[in-house]
Amino acid sequence: MRIELVKRTEHSRLMAVLSPVIAVFLTLIAAAILFQLSGKDPLLGLFTFFIEPLTDTWSLQELIVKATPLVLIACGLAVCYLSNNWNIGAEGQFVFGALCGSFIPIVFPDFETVLTLPLMLLLGALGGAAWGLIPAILKTRFNTNEILTSLMLVYVASLILDYLVRGPWRDPDGYNFPESRLFTDAATLPVIGDGRMSIAAPIAVVVVIVLTIVLAKTLKGFEIRVMGESPRAGSFAGFSKKRLTLFAFALAGGLAGLAGTMEVSGSLGQLLPTISPGYGFTAIIVAFLGRLNPAAILIAGLVLALSYIGGEGVQASMGVSDKIAAVIQGLLLFFVLACDTFILYRPRIVPGRSATGSEI
Amino acid sequence: MKNIMKATVAAVAFAAASSAASAADLKACFVYIGPVGDFGWTYQHDQGRLDVVEKFGDRVETAYLENVPEGPDSERAIERFARDGCNIIFTTSFGYMNPTLKVAKKYPDVMFEHATGYKTADNVATYNSKFHEGRYIIGQVAGKMSKTGTAGYIGSFPIPEVVSGINAFLLGAQSINPDFKVKVVWVNTWFDPGKEADAAKALIDQGADIITQHTDSTAPLQVAQERGVHGFGQASDQIAFAKDAQYTAIIDDWGPYYIERVQAALDGTWESAQTWHGLKEGHVAMAPYTNLPDDVIAMAKETEAKIVGGWEPFTGPLTKQDGTEAAADGVRLDDGAILGMNWYVKGVDDKLPQ
Repeated sequence: MRIELVKRTEHSRLMAVLSPVIAVFLTLIAAAILFQLSGKDPLLGLFTFFIEPLTDTWSLQELIVKATPLVLIACGLAVCYLSNNWNIGAEGQFVFGALCGSFIPIVFPDFETVLTLPLMLLLGALGGAAWGLIPAILKTRFNTNEILTSLMLVYVASLILDYLVRGPWRDPDGYNFPESRLFTDAATLPVIGDGRMSIAAPIAVVVVIVLTIVLAKTLKGFEIRVMGESPRAGSFAGFSKKRLTLFAFALAGGLAGLAGTMEVSGSLGQLLPTISPGYGFTAIIVAFLGRLNPAAILIAGLVLALSYIGGEGVQASMGVSDKIAAVIQGLLLFFVLACDTFILYRPRIVPGRSATGSEI
Repeated sequence: MKNIMKATVAAVAFAAASSAASAADLKACFVYIGPVGDFGWTYQHDQGRLDVVEKFGDRVETAYLENVPEGPDSERAIERFARDGCNIIFTTSFGYMNPTLKVAKKYPDVMFEHATGYKTADNVATYNSKFHEGRYIIGQVAGKMSKTGTAGYIGSFPIPEVVSGINAFLLGAQSINPDFKVKVVWVNTWFDPGKEADAAKALIDQGADIITQHTDSTAPLQVAQERGVHGFGQASDQIAFAKDAQYTAIIDDWGPYYIERVQAALDGTWESAQTWHGLKEGHVAMAPYTNLPDDVIAMAKETEAKIVGGWEPFTGPLTKQDGTEAAADGVRLDDGAILGMNWYVKGVDDKLPQ
């Protein structure tokens, strides 16, 4: 007897709804087993990991702080991926945007007006977009592989950041330590609530709403999807593949740059050699977890943030190793992707002896 | 569904009961940059935490978070501890400095201790150790033992603590062999065994027959062992990973400091301070000297005694890489100059990233 996956003629609406539920349920069971095996109370572990972060305002705010850059970047990436542009370099666009956004508060710290923040955000978005356009132009002009070029530019951006923070942008009063001066209040994003949550969070929600409407209701959204699924059909409709590539990369880079500037201005308050714990790469997971749909990306971003905050919670209060937390995170992604398979395929049990490899 | 609800309620009740059950007088919490199993920097901090556990038993409860990246996540980790009822929080990496100060401002009743930084507040103390004292000794050993007259140095980040370590090492080596050279490779990480090993191999290929490192893993020493050259343990006695290659190791011993500060917190006498101790106070120690001839061991022990007696390795005449004078004959650099060092001494075969 063996089990086969058979492609469905139409994707299963039932599984599309059930898949995340089943995935979360399987993750809970697997997590409980892991806690049990490591000698911790499984119920307390599950509670601390998945529920406690949702029970007080501080951790809810932290959840949103963590999710905000992920959601912003993932929204831009969704447009890239829908239109068949494989932008893997959001991390670099995030970093380069943050650099451009930090130009004013570091080089002109005395420029403190109401215009300071809007200008910073604008520069950040433009910087990120410019960084994103490099692989796009290379792709449209020279037919280079954007997966490689965008990824390699991540390292270039990180090294530029490294150079600036250790060199010209180093804090003059910082004992030569590699960090920039602290931003003034005029260059710091206003905080909402009593924690670290800033106006970056509502901005991300606005981006999600706008992008949802653009993708569902506008010609541009239609263009993005058509060119992704069938560029030939799209070209008959007069859409330009090259222009769309430039657009998608500029948008994704712009959003990543905006996220970078808001992270530096909102959460960090200065430039450091490392300003991102891999947001640009985690956002790729968020984008696919959200099935490239902005509203679902918002939820996926929050779920992934929960797995970080909860993972820290079980470490801090129960002494669970951070490896266990990382395994649970990985399992969640694994189960989601595995369950999503059943949207397009159905399992079929084939009685008899196992396949010899000669069948079709 | 009903069962899940029940389970949730049970878990809530259990969580409430378990937090009420802790009867400790004080909770001490630690934020680590690497894994506790790095057998280097973080491992030694965790040994210090275990010393606290052993000394105070049930009176003090401890908790830690490992692998906390410097950056936006660290502030959350520190604040989590402040909210979880930790009375004293040790943040053990330089990059936690500003996050520690930010959280400290919000929680004035919690005591904070930041390792290797320079900013303090009423409830933020700093602590660090004079690792460069140990570096001078291993430099002397290198000067005696190296046949090529060249050592390879794996640096993490070009911050003053690391730069002063490179300088002290070279000064020690030059006190034996004035032509001694040190080649530096920057790996830009505190802990990445793969990168550290690659750097060690590259340095050996360039003619270094002594490997030393200011990173946290045992990888460089393991490479030295494989390639038949020698090296030194960093932060922790790493002889178990390189029994033929390790000459000695510079051991960070945080236990005495942690016990002292936790005791002060218990007694209510804790005050913000800047602690910078070395071999004399036992915060830096040398691992047993192995794989060395007796005369070299005697020399190392003599230097160790000299430093314990109050001698400072950064005593003139000191010449910078560009030929200018850093300190005249017999002049001792002050603490500020060592803690903010951003220049190489003459003989370093590298340009300091500026």
